[in-house]
Amino acid sequence: MPESRTARRFGPAGAGLRAVMPLLPAVLAFGVSFGVLAQAAGMGAVASIVMSMTTFAGSAQFAVVSVLGAGGTVAAAIGAAVLLNARYGPMALSAAHAFRGGRLRRLLEAQLLVDESWALAQRDGRFDRRVLLGAGAGLYLGWTSGTAIGVAAGDSLADPATLGLDAAFPALFLGLLAPLLRDRDARAAALAGAAIAICLTPITPAGIPVIAATAACLAGLRRPAAAPAPSYGQRPPAAQRSGGPEAKR
Amino acid sequence: MSGVWIAVLVVGAATIALKAAGPVLAGGRELPQGSARVVGLLAPALLAALVATQAFAADEALVLDERAAGLAAGAVAIVLKAPLLVVVVVAATTAALLRLVA
Repeated sequence: MPESRTARRFGPAGAGLRAVMPLLPAVLAFGVSFGVLAQAAGMGAVASIVMSMTTFAGSAQFAVVSVLGAGGTVAAAIGAAVLLNARYGPMALSAAHAFRGGRLRRLLEAQLLVDESWALAQRDGRFDRRVLLGAGAGLYLGWTSGTAIGVAAGDSLADPATLGLDAAFPALFLGLLAPLLRDRDARAAALAGAAIAICLTPITPAGIPVIAATAACLAGLRRPAAAPAPSYGQRPPAAQRSGGPEAKR
Repeated sequence: MSGVWIAVLVVGAATIALKAAGPVLAGGRELPQGSARVVGLLAPALLAALVATQAFAADEALVLDERAAGLAAGAVAIVLKAPLLVVVVVAATTAALLRLVA
């Protein structure tokens, strides 16, 4: 891994910051576009920046801007945003064991958890909290400063989609998913998760498909808790085949 | 208080609570092995769902646009064991070039 030398020199937080660098132009650009759109929707400069500092989650913030900008109610804007951010519940739960220190410290550190920092912190099946903090800090700076730039600049800037930056995120998540797929249960969970999300996208409000996809982790229930991984030859083939449909339950 | 500020504060508080709930209530200790197995599979399930929605969802519709082409190009880079930076740049460049010619 190219990160290992960085990890020795700067520690895992430095490695996390380094790992997130390729994404910062995209995050900055989306922060700028949030600032621009929030101004266009009449949110006001201070409210826009406070939102990026406290909510710190792109999709939910864009949802609030688009609902309010289209004349929707405050309740509808809040509902859409909370639904979109509900995935952070299970994401943070999956990382909970890695957090250290008192409750306040865990609460504050957990705020640096967003899709990208959470995904980057998955290291060989373990969750590295310091990578989360390093990557999250970089993302936080990029997102909030991007918002401030967008608020100040108005709509004189390029749309990130023109630069293809919206295509960077699914590719990043695929790149982070790929090493996890060596494990058979992880493959089953990933396939089922993607299938659930795709099937629900046309029929449920945005946010629901990703939450519902967490049901795919129930694929883990079919393995006896005590059995360690490597005994592949001994597992009956029938148990493998039952993985797919069971996982989608 | 204006509606905008109510939305900003309520969404902010809800998001902070969602992120903090797991680490504050269950932080610092290892889960029992059975639930650890299930929770461990949250990562592949959620990552795959994020790939699917970020590449193919537009509001509440499934679409096949330049993002899918970018993802496919990124997947090739992943198979070729390219570093993450290259994967991301390949995906963005592919989508940008396709939009340029479209």
